[in-house]
Amino acid sequence: MSDTFDVAIVGGGVVGAAIARELSRYDLKVVLLEKAADVARGTSGKNSGVVHTGINVPTGSVKAKLNVAGAEMFEDLCADLDVPFKRCGKTIVALSEAELPDLESLMARGVANGVRDLEIIDSATLKRMEPNIEGAAALNVPTAAIVCPYSLNIALAESVIENGAEIRLNSPVTAISGTEGSFELTTPGGIISAGLIVNSAGLFSDKVARMTGVHRWRIWPCRGEYLILDKSKGHLINGMVYPVPPKGGAGLGIHITPTTDGNILLGPSADYTNDAEDVRTTGKIRRQLLTEAAEFLPQLSPRDVITAYSGMRPKLVPSKVGGFGDFVIEEVEEAPGVMQLVGIESPGLTASPAIAEQVSAWVRDKIPAQGKADFVSKRTSIPRLRDEPLELREARIQKDGDYGEIVCRCEMVTRKEITESIKNGLGATSLNAIKYRSRATMGRCQGGFCGPRVVDLLIEAGHPPESLTLNGGESWLFMGTTEDLRAERKAERTGAK
Amino acid sequence: MMGRTQKADVAIIGGGPAGLAAASEAKAAGADRVLLLERDARVGGILNQQVHDGFGTKVFNEALTGPEYAAIYEDRCNERDVETWLKSTVINVTKDRVLTVQSDSGLATIEASSMIFAMGCRERTRGAIGTPGTRPAGVFTAGAVQNYMNVRNLAVGRKVVILGSGDIGLIMARRMTLEGAEVICVAEILPQPSGIAGNIVRCLEDFNIPLYLSTTVVEIHGKERVTGVTLAQVGPKMGEVYGTRRFIECDTLLLSVGLIPETELSTEVGIATNPVTTGAVVDDSFRTSVPGIFSCGNVLQVHDVVDFATLEAEKAGRAAAMWATTGELPEPTISITPGEGLRYVLPAAISGVDAVDFTMRSWKEEHHKSVVFRSGGEVLRRLKMPHMEPAGMIRVRVGQGRFKKVLDKNITVEVGE
Repeated sequence: MSDTFDVAIVGGGVVGAAIARELSRYDLKVVLLEKAADVARGTSGKNSGVVHTGINVPTGSVKAKLNVAGAEMFEDLCADLDVPFKRCGKTIVALSEAELPDLESLMARGVANGVRDLEIIDSATLKRMEPNIEGAAALNVPTAAIVCPYSLNIALAESVIENGAEIRLNSPVTAISGTEGSFELTTPGGIISAGLIVNSAGLFSDKVARMTGVHRWRIWPCRGEYLILDKSKGHLINGMVYPVPPKGGAGLGIHITPTTDGNILLGPSADYTNDAEDVRTTGKIRRQLLTEAAEFLPQLSPRDVITAYSGMRPKLVPSKVGGFGDFVIEEVEEAPGVMQLVGIESPGLTASPAIAEQVSAWVRDKIPAQGKADFVSKRTSIPRLRDEPLELREARIQKDGDYGEIVCRCEMVTRKEITESIKNGLGATSLNAIKYRSRATMGRCQGGFCGPRVVDLLIEAGHPPESLTLNGGESWLFMGTTEDLRAERKAERTGAK
Repeated sequence: MMGRTQKADVAIIGGGPAGLAAASEAKAAGADRVLLLERDARVGGILNQQVHDGFGTKVFNEALTGPEYAAIYEDRCNERDVETWLKSTVINVTKDRVLTVQSDSGLATIEASSMIFAMGCRERTRGAIGTPGTRPAGVFTAGAVQNYMNVRNLAVGRKVVILGSGDIGLIMARRMTLEGAEVICVAEILPQPSGIAGNIVRCLEDFNIPLYLSTTVVEIHGKERVTGVTLAQVGPKMGEVYGTRRFIECDTLLLSVGLIPETELSTEVGIATNPVTTGAVVDDSFRTSVPGIFSCGNVLQVHDVVDFATLEAEKAGRAAAMWATTGELPEPTISITPGEGLRYVLPAAISGVDAVDFTMRSWKEEHHKSVVFRSGGEVLRRLKMPHMEPAGMIRVRVGQGRFKKVLDKNITVEVGE
């Protein structure tokens, strides 16, 4: 493996992966370095999965421009990559008449930003569209869509590999030296040389920027907690249901979002924290999410919650200042040859395809490159049998019986889907890597039943039990066999004598 | 697939203890084709991982291990020619008892005269109870650990805190200690244990494992693997008592915080459910509100003694066979209502032509009280109970003679003197 590249991308979130894929269209040597054991482990994997239209961002901002451009590319991109995408629409609901002016100003901004088909609807129309939602009026945003965010991130990464670029997991960059044309990036696996650097390190983009000698930014991590509801409650909403955004708040307000898999998400909260990795969940926010969402959706019950998680926003604006902070996407004079992407929070997922095009143009301006004739834009997902018509399922099972055996009963995931996930091109083998690729352990039993069976399949694929982790690193699942544990205890007792 | 439509007299969903007992009895009662559908690679359900003894004391008068107990019923099914499909998942059912089954040989459609729901239950998870904190490796449900340890010989950790004093949690406290792990404590949010008294003695006291009542985990720590948990006491309304937090270093948190009936298929066909048990509303033939569909075992009500699940399932199996072969069952004419002191009572209605085994749970621990069956002010039956506790299901039989005195077609069951 050669360790000299034209471009090194730091950070395997959706933006880094989209950039790598754009660059893999060209005759360039590209490497993407990800510190975690899989892609999509930071902000990109833990958000609402919303493809925003651009009504929430100030007209004329970088965010607005890239949001609108990215949203237009999304449907085709998801079709190419075989990623779940659904244009389910969004209603921004005014709980009382008092919020009507807010809807009108949102609509005006949406129109100015080029969002199509906006209309303000009365409570009767809202009731027809969303029978279970309470509200005085709403702004209907029919072009808003949802995507499975981690599936997109994984699909982009797989496409990168198929098109000849490299992805190195478990590769945190700890130091950067050199100048444009001959940068050196230090990773645990060795030094990587690159002509250009793309800093798409998300929550750690300020730290990576400092490694390149740029000290002008600081990321203020802002945690957002979510609750996931059981699929049996998925029918309660047809599209996304948003409140009127809180003024001066750090987020878009607690919203109710369907997922492409049929769950409902409640969240996110917005709490600033000092630690970008402090993705804890709290009892306080759990109660708050349930209370606030119940104002719109009275049928909600705490019993419907299957789990909670937190995502983290890489904000450029501290809580004391508040308000709007624009994306930073620029090569600054202190560090020529480095494209700095800082503060890529919402709508970063939506903007990612447009950001990737912009960064690709910057790279090719510096290093002229030919388009590859053999670039493959299509990528296919592992078949999801539960979503397929019975005739197609039967045909697959007749070809390969492993498509018949259901291992994860809650999410109806077959043995074949899990073994294919284990064989993924990135070489990610943590339990969560399998979860994000197959949905096994993601359902209402949270792996109580299928966990041991997924572990069996990992062991069968040649991964010994003591090597298995939840998320890579030190997140071990087993200290060994029960014999190992008894031996360890016996040695301890003997030693104590 | 469409060519594989088959008929069955009785189709049973779930091959755990309830499904096995229902299947063998349905066959013995004269049903011709009895089909037992099991998702796993073997029948027996959760009994396969329960290597401790104590199963069978009510039915066989001896203490068997889980696998031994399951083997008896598996043999019975084989001897009686019950047709068992393994690794076969029911992906759809209709009110008309048409089942779609997926297995490695393809999809099959089954039209059943009677159908028995015996899907069992699942464990309540961390997400469901909302334990705050980080999301590291090392947080497991007790049943999952029982499977890893007893079936796969895998050790999940060295220093363990157990949240919840349900029976599986208590048994795992003993099991993990015997396997060389250090069980630091068991925390229970309620003021009384959730498991039966015998297990507190045999699994905790005999091994000097402390049980902290009115205590819960208020935070899980650790970014990659669990590094500890914070415990705190709770007040009468389950709110945290401030100033009682303490950190306990551990690498594993085991949850034994309750079981939830796996009612997803029952909900699909629109069966009426009891909000307390979340299982189906049934009569004394274990018929649900949908004709021809029966329910028994842990999907109906969570049992603490497998023998009772077996007895219940055998009755359901016989009734399902009778329905399949004759289309008739005694009509329930008397409704049953839980009265003072009881969380619920099953069945919800009876025919009165046969003796009935009633199952119920009390709200709280009671000593030297009785279960009283009343109708229109008259006491039909009073059964003395030296000890009642919410953790222990009460099962009492009332003979058919007693039902002759029923007034207003209703019986109230309550805790009395």
